[in-house]
Amino acid sequence: MNQKILDILAQIPDPEVPVLSVLDLGIIRDVVEHDHTTEIIITPTYTGCPAMDAIATNIRMEMAANGYGQVKITTVLSPAWTTDWMSEEGKQKLKAYGIAPPLPKQQACKSELFAEETVPCPHCNSYHTSRISEFGSTACKALYQCQDCKEPFDYFKCH
Amino acid sequence: MKEYLFKYTLHLADNALILGHRNSEWCGHGPALEQDIAITNISLDLIGQARNFFQYAAQLKGNDASEDSLAYLRDARNFTNCLLTEQENGDWGKTILRQFFMSNYQYVLYEQLQETNNEQIAAISAKALKEVTYHLKWSSEWVIRLGDGTAESQARMLKALNDLWSYTGELFIPAPYEQEAAEKGDAPNMPELKAKWLNTLTSVFEEAKLPVPPEGFSQTGGKTGIHTEHLGYILADMQYLQRTYPNSKW
Repeated sequence: MNQKILDILAQIPDPEVPVLSVLDLGIIRDVVEHDHTTEIIITPTYTGCPAMDAIATNIRMEMAANGYGQVKITTVLSPAWTTDWMSEEGKQKLKAYGIAPPLPKQQACKSELFAEETVPCPHCNSYHTSRISEFGSTACKALYQCQDCKEPFDYFKCH
Repeated sequence: MKEYLFKYTLHLADNALILGHRNSEWCGHGPALEQDIAITNISLDLIGQARNFFQYAAQLKGNDASEDSLAYLRDARNFTNCLLTEQENGDWGKTILRQFFMSNYQYVLYEQLQETNNEQIAAISAKALKEVTYHLKWSSEWVIRLGDGTAESQARMLKALNDLWSYTGELFIPAPYEQEAAEKGDAPNMPELKAKWLNTLTSVFEEAKLPVPPEGFSQTGGKTGIHTEHLGYILADMQYLQRTYPNSKW
């Protein structure tokens, strides 16, 4: 992928978690340069994520501002997005922002019932935390609370 | 166009849309803030899944069909969602039980569909399965909490079970288009799905101290467009804007 284009994409924040760029999030699957157009292939995080339309618009605007007038955005569903595609840098940024980053999929993303993930508190690093709700302020987050520093926090759940 | 494939895709979309719409009626009315957020998150996932299936169905249909025309401009007789999805919310227990029945169903269904020959249905299902896994966990935990809760919560769960059980049989009675899709390798085998569904249900009900009712009379018709009186009200609410102001956009 063209580094110049990747640098532009690295400047586009996710509308709901602005500390992450669309590149950090792992939703940019490919950049293909055709004769007169640049095709950017993206994949949604969640099927109902309302941010996807905003993301596509922001990519078009940012690309246009950098001289790429003809941009085609293609959405693909397969392979399905996973939090394992989130960059290491992105995970560190999330933590600094107060959101617990997703745990690695093999370790925590169990499909069996009643399997609970032990999520470290992004504020005090304690593992003594408990889940308040499987669903948080956006589709991609769950709500936890730290039993040591008592701070409630969002967990970017593994997917 | 493969007629059976279009109908099957539309059926998958309708199940997700109507259940999603029903759940969305809880927005702002949940019993606690966290649960209000949970049920609306689930609605969002379901409506997202519905959009993907509608987009594919529109592509199969061609001409000027779109996800919007399929969702907003069909009448009740052309909707093929299962009757269970359109049942009224009732109290929190009834909504939870309906969600558990459907999440359990969608889980076993998408698990199979992600392996189907049809690439687009497989891709949507693989994606939806990740979301449904959370729905199933959440609704199972609630069924257990309420079933094995207080005398009041258990009585309400038993009432919900009594109200909803006769609608669950329809999930596994194939409509002609499902039969054809299964024969062509585009849809899973129903008896296998039902066994898995019943297996999960039995273990959750055991913990919830709820009885697994015997198989009995099944209410059917939804899959072929014969609905309960509730669907018309949902459509009136959901389609009002597009019907009154055709082609209006945000």
